Parts: sequence; C-alpha cells; structure tokens
Amino acid sequence: MYTYLLRRVLLLIPTLLIVSVIVFLSVRLIPGDVIDVMFAQMSVSGRSNLPSREALEAALGLDRPLHVQYLSWLGDIVLRGDFGDPLMAIEPVAVLIRQRIGVTLELGAMAIIVSLLVSVPVGIYSAVRQDSVADYLARSLAIILVSVPPFWTGTMVMIYPSVWWGWAPPIELNPLVEDPFGHLGHVLLPAVVLGTALAGLSMRMTRTMMLEVLRADYIRTAWSKGLSERLVVIRHAVKNATIPVLTHVAVQLPVVIGGAVIVEEIFQLPGMGRLLVDAVGRRDYPLVSGINVVFAAVVVLVNLITDVTYSWLDPRVRHE
Amino acid sequence: MSSASAPEPQPRGSGFLAFLGELVRRKPAGAVFGSVVLIMLFAGLFADQLAPHDVNAVRMTDRLQPPSATYWLGTDQLGRDLFSRLMHGARISVTIGLTATTLSTGLGILIGVPSGFLGGRLDIAVQRFVDAFMAIPGILLLITIMSLVGPGMLQIILIVGTYSGVQASRVIRGAVIGIKENAYLTAAEAIGASRLKILLRHVLPNVVPPVIILFSTTIGYVILAEASLSFLGFGLPPEIPSWGGMLSDEGRRYMERAPSLAFWPGFCLALVVYCLNMFGDTLRDLLDPRLRGASGRMSGRGVRQIAPRAPRAAS
Repeated sequence: MYTYLLRRVLLLIPTLLIVSVIVFLSVRLIPGDVIDVMFAQMSVSGRSNLPSREALEAALGLDRPLHVQYLSWLGDIVLRGDFGDPLMAIEPVAVLIRQRIGVTLELGAMAIIVSLLVSVPVGIYSAVRQDSVADYLARSLAIILVSVPPFWTGTMVMIYPSVWWGWAPPIELNPLVEDPFGHLGHVLLPAVVLGTALAGLSMRMTRTMMLEVLRADYIRTAWSKGLSERLVVIRHAVKNATIPVLTHVAVQLPVVIGGAVIVEEIFQLPGMGRLLVDAVGRRDYPLVSGINVVFAAVVVLVNLITDVTYSWLDPRVRHE
Repeated sequence: MSSASAPEPQPRGSGFLAFLGELVRRKPAGAVFGSVVLIMLFAGLFADQLAPHDVNAVRMTDRLQPPSATYWLGTDQLGRDLFSRLMHGARISVTIGLTATTLSTGLGILIGVPSGFLGGRLDIAVQRFVDAFMAIPGILLLITIMSLVGPGMLQIILIVGTYSGVQASRVIRGAVIGIKENAYLTAAEAIGASRLKILLRHVLPNVVPPVIILFSTTIGYVILAEASLSFLGFGLPPEIPSWGGMLSDEGRRYMERAPSLAFWPGFCLALVVYCLNMFGDTLRDLLDPRLRGASGRMSGRGVRQIAPRAPRAAS
C-alpha cells in the first residue's frame, strides 16, 4: 500500500510541474500587439494605474527572461501561496480566488450529487432489465443527456418559465450564512442543469459496470443460494459496480469545472467560472493563470485521492 | 478490417458499399441517425444555394418577426432570416467538426500509437504530458488561448483540434495496448517478425475500427466546444452565424420578445450531436468484434426474463 501511495505521489510531481508550465506558457507567450491592445483598453477604461506600456510589461513580468519569470511565479505560489497581483483589481489574486471558490465548489458538488442521484438508479435498473423497453429508453436518455449542451438547457430554463408563467430564477445570491435555504435554492437550479448534463455518462458507466458484475461467478453463486433479486442486486452487485462509477466522477471533474464556468455565466452566479470569463474578457492574465492553476491542481489532487481510495476499496488495483 | 480481428465470417462483398448495406440491414435506426447527419452536412455545404434568404440581408422593417410563410422560423433583431442563418450555422459546425476532428485524430495517432506500442520510459514520459493536459479543464485553456490569438475559424480549428488530439491519444494508446495483448502478436513475435512489421501489419490495421469510432464521437465534442467558445464570446466573430454565438448574442439579448432565437440554434446543436453519438454507437456495434459476439448471442429474445439469473458468461 505504501509503495503504491509513494509511486502515485511521485508521478504526481511531474504532472503538476507540466501543468504549471502549460498554464504559464499559455499566457506568457503573449503577442506584442495584444499588449498594445491591452494598454489601449486599460487607458480607456481608466481602471489601470499603470502609466506606460513598459509598466504594463513589467507588471506582466515580461521584462525578465522567461525562465526567471516562471520560477519566481511558481516559487511564490508553492512557497507562499502568493498568486501575484491582478492588473485591474486591488486585492491580490489569491484573495479574489478565495472569495469566489466557495460558490463554484458548491455548484460542482451539488451538480455531481444530482447527476449520481439520477444516473446510478437508472443505470442499475437498465442493466438488471437489459434489452427491455425501459433499458432502451434509459439508454436513449443517457445519450440525449450527453448530447444536449448545458448552455442551451440553462438558457431555456432562464427563458421559458418567464415567458410562460412570468417566473424567472433569482439574480441576487444571498450569502450562505444569512439565508441558507434561499442560497441553496438559488444554486440548486444551475446545479440541476449541470448535473443532468453530467448524468448521461455516469448512467452509461453504471449500466456497463452492472452488466459486467452481474455476469460474475459470485453473483451466480448468490442466485443459486436462492437469494432474492433485491439482495443479489443491491447487496452483492451494486457495491462492486458503483466503485468504478465514483472513480469516473473524478475523471469527469474537468468537465464539471468547464460546465460550471458556462452555467455560472448563464445564471450570473459569482463563482470562479465567472471570475475567469471576466478576467479573460479584460485580458487580466495574472488572474487568469492563477485561476487555471488552482482548477488544475484541484483536478490532479482529487484524482490522486480517488485513486488512493479506490486502491483501498479494491485491493486488486495495487498489485497491477 | 483485417481478418485477424474478426473471427466471424466476413460479410458478403467488401469495401464501403458492402458496409453500408450491412449498416442498413442490421442497424436501421443507426442508418437513420447517419442520414440526419448527412442532411445536416448537405444543408451546410449548399447553404448558399438552398437557404431561402440571404444570410446577412438586414431588413429593419422585418425585425423580430414570428414564423411565417416568408420567414419559416421568424427573424432576428436585424430582420435576418433565422432559418437561413441556421443553415449557414450548419456549415460552420460541419467545417469545424470535420477539420478539427481530422487534426485531432491525426495528432492522437501520432502520440498514442508510439506511446502505446513502444511503452517503457517513452510511454511514462508522454503520458505525464497527456495527464497534465487533461488536468486543465478544456474550456479554461481554450478561452485563455482564444483570447490571445483572437476570434476566428482557423484559430478554433487549430486550438480545439490540438487539445482534443491530446485527449484522443489516450484512447488510441489504450487501443494499441489492448491489441498488444492478443495472442497473434506473440505468435508474430515468435516467428521472428520485426517490430516494424508487427506495427504495420498487425497493430495499425486493428487500430482502424477504434479510430473510426473515436472520429465520429470527436466530431460531436468539437462542435460543442466551438459552440461553447462562441457562446462565451471567445469563438467566432459575431457576424459569422455560429449556433453557439446565435444562442448567446441574439438569443439571450432578445429572450423575452423572441425566445425562439435561443431555442432553435441550441436545438440544432443538440440534434446533430445526438445523431453523431447514436451513429457512433452503431459503428461501435458493427466494428468492435468483441461486442458483436456479445450482442449477437447474449441479448437475444427469451434471455431477458431470466436475465439476472442466467450466468451470461458461460465458461
């Protein structure tokens, strides 16, 4: 177990380093004419306190050699949790991210719960009644959910209730501590939109895993002991079939985050996703790199935790 | 397909036409989904000739019209015909879908085949890069880079194609590793075939079916990626009628007065991606010999009633 854990953590380090290089390079290889545009934009908006184009380049760290920029950027993050200063806001990047990350975590967690609540029962039923009408309906539903873009369902949810019944989702988000139910109720609708979009893949996964497990020898033994269908399916099969589904949720995390960006934009939720879209729109690249690196680190760490949990739940994995 | 991967007798005839015949005979529903995709392709390619109105003709007197005999789905805030714009939107999606997917699949093969076939240190190193790319949520990286290079068709194709190519390489690597485990590969090694010969004669032909399946599903992914980017305002410039951009620009701004402006572009997107996914599933059933055997014997009628009780994998 410990050697497995150690190997996983060691493999993580190069991945995280490469992630940081990709995130770093994706904004530092900024073309010169974009800096001109940025400087013009910032002068017009009056939000900038940078007097000249050279000052802007210095703020972006472009006046130093590339490797020096990278090492100091990464060093600040790793050693001091300092993500630098944004170009167009007063608080440091780390503070802005801390203010916004809660809403996104909430939205993501609720969306994953919604998706599992829908997909696991349907997937199990679909597998147990393989090739029945219900199974065909469930499989078509899964592909529909995969195909329908969340930015469409989200927009439809914004539009049609207000056109038909004059009801629109609330725009102002109350803080969790002041109005917990109003707050969760507000996040619930976006979470359902995002969750149903995620449910399709988990549904297919659950069905496939269930079918595989239902063919296993120990299930045949369970049947031959004369156990009821309920016991065989729920006590014996579901337990083993759902572990890979949970791993799959972790693998899907980048999709959850990408979906959260879009859903936050539609429902005007003040999360990291909207912070990112705004930052990209204003070309506030120090802020953009900060957000991207945080999201990527979350993905890598959650995947590590899932792998370790998985190997703890299913000892076979460790001995590969 | 080489004969090695298909233990069952080959279908009558050979080549593309025979495959089409088999498709229609064995998977009529799949053929229907394929046809919808073809209709979209056709509508997109010939949008200039087929569209009832000029796509960018502004008629301020006819703005935000409801559907009528002249304007089948109504008009937008500039009096432009929605139906004609949707047809041109199909062209955008088709163009980006096909080109970016070709790039993606090519890149996927270029990374995935060596990584899976050679294995060892090369594989470990390459996979760390792939891990890193897959850890960064696609949309984040895509909007960041798109904001640097500016909106445009070529930019989207290159960036989305490259990003999804890295993801595709994972699937292709998996397929190659799966092929390497087959007994016939050990047999080929045993009779002294060179590694190059094994790669060319045994591995590459067997990678073709998964690549075809991957291609069909990647098109859907790429189309949705472009639509998401255009929806967020980082994709195509607003004058180009992309479905994602139409949904975001016209659709959301005029959503109370003309909700259909948001409905139809999203509906077209969902329909095309749905049909592509269903068609991809059909291809998988037809091309994956392992599933072919399973679906033929195991899922026949009469098995269902005792399905949970019958040990399916009779060993």
